[in-house]
Amino acid sequence: MNSEGNPISTLVWTFGLMSLFAVGGANSAIPEMHRIAVDVHHWMNDKQFADIFAISQLSPGPNVLIVTLIGYSVAGVGGALAATLAMCGPTAVLAYYVSRLLQRSSQSRWPAIIQAALVPLSIGLMGASGLILALSSDLSWVAGLITAAAAVLAFATRLNPVWILLAGGALGFAGVI
Amino acid sequence: MKSPASESPPAPVTAPDLPASHPPNQPGLLELFVAFAKMSLAGFGGVLVWARRGIVDQHRWMTAEEFNETFALCHFLPGPNIVNLSVVFGSRFRGIAGGIAAFAGLVGPPMVIATILAALYARYGEIDALRRILAGVSCAAVGLLIAVVFKMMMPLIKKRDMVGLVILLAVFIAIGVLRLPLQTVLLVAVPLSLGITYFLRQRVAA
Repeated sequence: MNSEGNPISTLVWTFGLMSLFAVGGANSAIPEMHRIAVDVHHWMNDKQFADIFAISQLSPGPNVLIVTLIGYSVAGVGGALAATLAMCGPTAVLAYYVSRLLQRSSQSRWPAIIQAALVPLSIGLMGASGLILALSSDLSWVAGLITAAAAVLAFATRLNPVWILLAGGALGFAGVI
Repeated sequence: MKSPASESPPAPVTAPDLPASHPPNQPGLLELFVAFAKMSLAGFGGVLVWARRGIVDQHRWMTAEEFNETFALCHFLPGPNIVNLSVVFGSRFRGIAGGIAAFAGLVGPPMVIATILAALYARYGEIDALRRILAGVSCAAVGLLIAVVFKMMMPLIKKRDMVGLVILLAVFIAIGVLRLPLQTVLLVAVPLSLGITYFLRQRVAA
């Protein structure tokens, strides 16, 4: 990997590879994004990563757009574009070919087996995302309490998640954390 | 929160072998772009919900079964599920150009918004009031993610799927606690999980 070279090519290489390994979608890839952005390349610190996750959840669109935000902070608009296309491109091409292949042999039971095998993996990856993000945003017991309350509310009610996020923002603004 | 759980309903895994039924409507390229842009921009609480509403209910481009089948395919492929769905869906109607049109609609407009937010953050991220708000939002956002994890775990717990739960826990520890690289963990965990699942199903079938 050319971590010392052009930041755009590092972004393309990093997210292009991650795209093909991101089993279970963007939220399962967050530990890997954190490891690469914070620990390997030092593009940002823990706090900034947590901020970027928060912004990506507040904006509309698919949650893969967290890579747009990471790309921007590394190399501006070009970085945002490069990171997004690299994260979506390879898997989109793969999806195109696999869907054409499966249209011809739709009786295969492999899709069901692969899906059943990958579900626990992607839940485990998302659990790891939750842990890593909690360690970087919940720096006080009040913060931990807000996270716990948000988790319980989202688990037990059908409240629109945007209201929970805004409530968290309001508490933060009030200086509770 | 655009949670994968809300993007992954318990899709029927045994896809029925449907005849090549033609949907009543055939979208054009511009129509694909606009439809996916609308779904994406509405998608605060999971784009999938809006995708289903748009594709199945509103435009009647697919039946509910066809939609579930297409989504099941996109869920087991790596990468962002909804991005895969846009490409597979668009290309089914209009070939590669259709796939690109749907993808551009899904990702383009929200990407512009995300870039603007990133620029604002880079410029004003150090302002004290904004820092406090973002700190609060990120606490809540982590809570939402944790809720999604528990929601997705419930079916495994109900089925008493011990193998699945052990694999889940092992991946959680390897990535979350030991902080091992993703590729290494997946190179071990994917073949292992596939092998065990295949073996167990063979035994049930026998």
